[in-house]
Amino acid sequence: MLKLLKYMKAYRKESICAPLFKLLEASFELLVPLVVAKIIDVGIKNQDVGYIIRMCLLMAALGLIGLVCSITAQYFSAKAAVGFATKLRHELFAHIQSLSFSEMDTIGTSTLITRMTSDINQVQSGVNLFLRLFMRSPFIVFGAMIMAFTVDAKAALVFVAVIPVLCVIVFGIMLISIPVYRKVQDRLDQVVGVTRENLQGVRVIRAFCKEPQEVRKFEEGNEALVKIQILSGRISALMNPLTYIVINGGLLVLLYVGAGRVDQGILLQGSVVALVNYISQILVELVKLANLIITVTKAIACGNRIQSIMETESSMTDGTMPEEGVSAGNTGSTASGNRKSGLSSALPEPAVAFENVQFRYKGAGADSLSDISFTVKKGETVGVIGGTGSGKTSLVSLIPRFYDVREGCVKVNGIDVRKYPLETIRGIVGIVMQKAVLFQGTIRENLLWGNENATEEDMREAIRAAQAEDVVFGAKDGLDTVVEQEGRNFSGGQKQRLTIARALVRRPAILILDDSASALDFVTDAKLRQAVKELSGQMTVFIVSQRASSIQHADKIIVLDDGEIAGIGTHEELLAGCEVYQETYYSQFPKEDQE
Amino acid sequence: MAMKKDGQKKVLNQVLQYIRPHGGLVLMSLLMAVISVALTLYIPVLTGQVIDHILGPGNVQFKEIFLIMRTMLIAILVTAAAQWMMNVCNNRIVYDVSREVREQAFKKIEILPLSYLDTHSSGELVSRVIADVDQFSDGLLMGFTQLFTGVVTIAGTLGFMLSVNVMITLVVVVLTPVSLLVAKYITQKTYSMFKLQSETRGEQTALIDEMIGNQKVVQAYGQEKKVEAQFDEINERLRKYSLRAIFFSSITNPATRFVNSLVYTGVGLTGALAVVRGAMTVGQLSAFLSYANQYTKPFNEISGVVTELQNALACAGRVFELIDSPAQTPDAEPAEVLPAEVGNITLEHVDFSYTPEKKLIEDFNLQVKAGQRVAIVGPTGCGKTTLINLLMRFYDVNDGKIRIEGIDIQNLKRRDLRSSYGMVLQDTWLRSGTIRDNIRMGRPEATDEEVIQAAKDAHAHSFIKRLPDGYDTIIGENGGNLSQGQKQLLCIARVMLCLPPMLILDEATSSIDTRTEIRIQKAFQKMMEGRTSFIVAHRLSTIRNADVILVMKDGNIIEQGTHKELLAKKGFYANLYNSQFAH
Repeated sequence: MLKLLKYMKAYRKESICAPLFKLLEASFELLVPLVVAKIIDVGIKNQDVGYIIRMCLLMAALGLIGLVCSITAQYFSAKAAVGFATKLRHELFAHIQSLSFSEMDTIGTSTLITRMTSDINQVQSGVNLFLRLFMRSPFIVFGAMIMAFTVDAKAALVFVAVIPVLCVIVFGIMLISIPVYRKVQDRLDQVVGVTRENLQGVRVIRAFCKEPQEVRKFEEGNEALVKIQILSGRISALMNPLTYIVINGGLLVLLYVGAGRVDQGILLQGSVVALVNYISQILVELVKLANLIITVTKAIACGNRIQSIMETESSMTDGTMPEEGVSAGNTGSTASGNRKSGLSSALPEPAVAFENVQFRYKGAGADSLSDISFTVKKGETVGVIGGTGSGKTSLVSLIPRFYDVREGCVKVNGIDVRKYPLETIRGIVGIVMQKAVLFQGTIRENLLWGNENATEEDMREAIRAAQAEDVVFGAKDGLDTVVEQEGRNFSGGQKQRLTIARALVRRPAILILDDSASALDFVTDAKLRQAVKELSGQMTVFIVSQRASSIQHADKIIVLDDGEIAGIGTHEELLAGCEVYQETYYSQFPKEDQE
Repeated sequence: MAMKKDGQKKVLNQVLQYIRPHGGLVLMSLLMAVISVALTLYIPVLTGQVIDHILGPGNVQFKEIFLIMRTMLIAILVTAAAQWMMNVCNNRIVYDVSREVREQAFKKIEILPLSYLDTHSSGELVSRVIADVDQFSDGLLMGFTQLFTGVVTIAGTLGFMLSVNVMITLVVVVLTPVSLLVAKYITQKTYSMFKLQSETRGEQTALIDEMIGNQKVVQAYGQEKKVEAQFDEINERLRKYSLRAIFFSSITNPATRFVNSLVYTGVGLTGALAVVRGAMTVGQLSAFLSYANQYTKPFNEISGVVTELQNALACAGRVFELIDSPAQTPDAEPAEVLPAEVGNITLEHVDFSYTPEKKLIEDFNLQVKAGQRVAIVGPTGCGKTTLINLLMRFYDVNDGKIRIEGIDIQNLKRRDLRSSYGMVLQDTWLRSGTIRDNIRMGRPEATDEEVIQAAKDAHAHSFIKRLPDGYDTIIGENGGNLSQGQKQLLCIARVMLCLPPMLILDEATSSIDTRTEIRIQKAFQKMMEGRTSFIVAHRLSTIRNADVILVMKDGNIIEQGTHKELLAKKGFYANLYNSQFAH
């Protein structure tokens, strides 16, 4: 939690001013019992009505100043707390964005969402309350004690005894409840998880008539949450009664001591009243403090959860290779300019090279890819085919460095992908993933993801190549057609074509289509491949597919079997010599069908 | 204003509905509040009495003081106990109520029509079920702990003050409502601000859900910066709204406190003058002053609570909005019962569209005999998935009828209808849990042997075996590291295990390699024997054996027949089929 406080820096002024103004207010409040004592000891004793009225006016004035100070303090603290939370939210979001695929796989989305929302809200209210009260409460407590000393040192010793006891109670309860609150948030995560999962799988759940079981599962999570909430409530419920007993115990002792002092003629009756006033001020303050402590405790627990995400470093370090080295594999807009120079310099480096690559997912028991080596020349089209779970997606995920290899290396344009800045390598490689995802907005906005500087013409060209003309221009609003969340107003095939268009807009040097035409019919698929080929020029294309027809014309086909390469070559070569490929091919094109 | 007021009142009423069942605890809490407040108020009286026995040097009546102090001690202990009990009761009430609300919200989600869920972002719904309920319970808890003691304190102090001095009490009574007026004025302004804050939070959650849920795509396109900018825009708005809501609501407290300090001064003035006149003792004045403090304190606490409650109500309003949104049409009552053997399906003049302005399916007719294998092909977006939505009754037809064995499916229980279909979708969905639980989803009572057999039939057994914990491997949210194809195999195993009388396979094998697919097809063939099945597929090789092939385009059937017939027709289908081999 402490490390998060650096985000308060921008609000340093506010976070100092807020407690200061609160202090001012509190000091005026502390003066009130003194004034009352004066009224009793001077005004009443001397029957001086004028004096009494003057003192009362003074009290009213103190109240007014208190009001001004306190509103100022509220403003500053609200500004600091909200500003802090905003900044924190921003930083956390940015940090999550920087996490690599491996971390995202392990942390999970639900908990990130609670941390971004519920946890930060709690921290915000914690900081707000803290700024308002953290100086004020101790100040009133200790101030009351000091004021008591000015009245009578011996009687004030009661305060000295009471305050440490109070501290022990307050901090003790805090220490006990922080881990409990953390658990509360963890269980909240689980409830979020069930809810999210339910919403995402709603069709399957309904198809299997699992609604009652879902409700039961939710109830279980909810029940667990409530149980721990009640436990935490029970602990913090102790705060008020305990402090109440201690303070009033102090009051009893104070009265006793005060009585003795008055008996000895050391104190006046009015002074005892003042002392009693001070101790009850402490009580009032502690009631407020109890609230503060609960909120702050929650905030600390939540803050720690946020911090633990902040401390999760991306397992990927950014490459630091200078820009010039990269230009050979430049992206889209300058592609035509480069083409000539690319030819003349005739870079010997292959576009993509895998050298003895071993790869394993975090937490997995075995390698997903083992001993993969191959090279791909610039401008080649490569087909990747293989059984379910044979590692096709893993293989192409390594090219834009979504994951790091365990051993060996992956080179793009002759340079290890780990040497590129992430932004650069992702700019070189355009990947269309299996799961077609579009974002809320318009089609145009989605396409601009590929390349912010794309012109209308670029977009049209990409759309044409992706065979998505009817999707885009068939709609009333064309490029400005609205895309709902997750693109659910489009069918699977429409989404796939739009995501392909998005990748094409950026004219990547290397294009990867990861089984991204699976929902397209064969005619469209064939047209798409043809168009991509025409578009490509120097573009190196990887096509991952189940369909032999999609890849059989590739310059090179990589056949994967259980994480290993079962064969590399052209269609004809493989058909002659690779058993896995033969099986695959003939399963789709039975021999009797061949003309 | 009036409308907003009404809305608030309605929400408040609903909250009370939820609290009602906990009446016992509420009464208990109230009783404890009365006890603790009464005793808390009694203590200043005792303190005053003690002070009145401390008259001056050599004139302190220790004996009486001790007696009073003993009473005080007992009062203190009882108060503390009552306070604790009250807190515990309040906690219970609030958390039980919020659990209840959360549960209702979730149960509602289960019966909302799919059209609602398809048009609302899941992030926003999650925000309602979680964040809003959370804020609501926080506010309610504060309300309970402080409102009760507040109200009781006000009543109690008034009584005590009246018993001491009527005149001064009147001063207090006349002045305090001012603070309530101030509080009321402020809270009226803040409800809308809290609502705005809560709405913006929902919007932000939706964005977080979308972007973090699809972070891989975001990263693949290097769009982190842009997404951040989008996030920051909402974040900035949220900051503005939150600041306003928090600041304005937090003015209440100092403002009412100021009014109270005026009251205190008033009491001091009138009280001191009364003492001068001899109408009061100094001890009484001391007690009075501390009452004035105690009396006014709840006013500003209540005002603080009221703002907190405003926030709570604004959040509750959003949750209730979800709970109150219309559910899907309830199952027919009494529902007709499907015969043991089902398989004959007819669609008669079916009209359907998702939005009225965009017609999709019009006057659709189809007859499927029991045991027939129906394949549906056609260009993307032609309405194949929509047809499945209708068969499963995820959506209701706008016009026309769908019948199974002559029974309109609208007259069936959804449960009966859906459980007679086995469905595998292209969009694989697995839940976090073990592989075993995922396969067992459709038939939780299945034995381990049956699970393994189903997995073998789906050709998933071999890869499951190689996972670190085999069938007990826990897969994370959305399938974790399983490949798309592996997930699909698991979905198929899931259906293989329950063996429903009819099947719907919507691109069920699209991500599975063709060798495995052929083997699965064999298993499907076996499964489909005697079962009516609907198959959507692009790989036409997988549907050649279908009894009927429907070729759909723009929501209509344009061709219909067997593979051979359609090829002979040399129409749309023949074109589509031959293109597979056209290079």
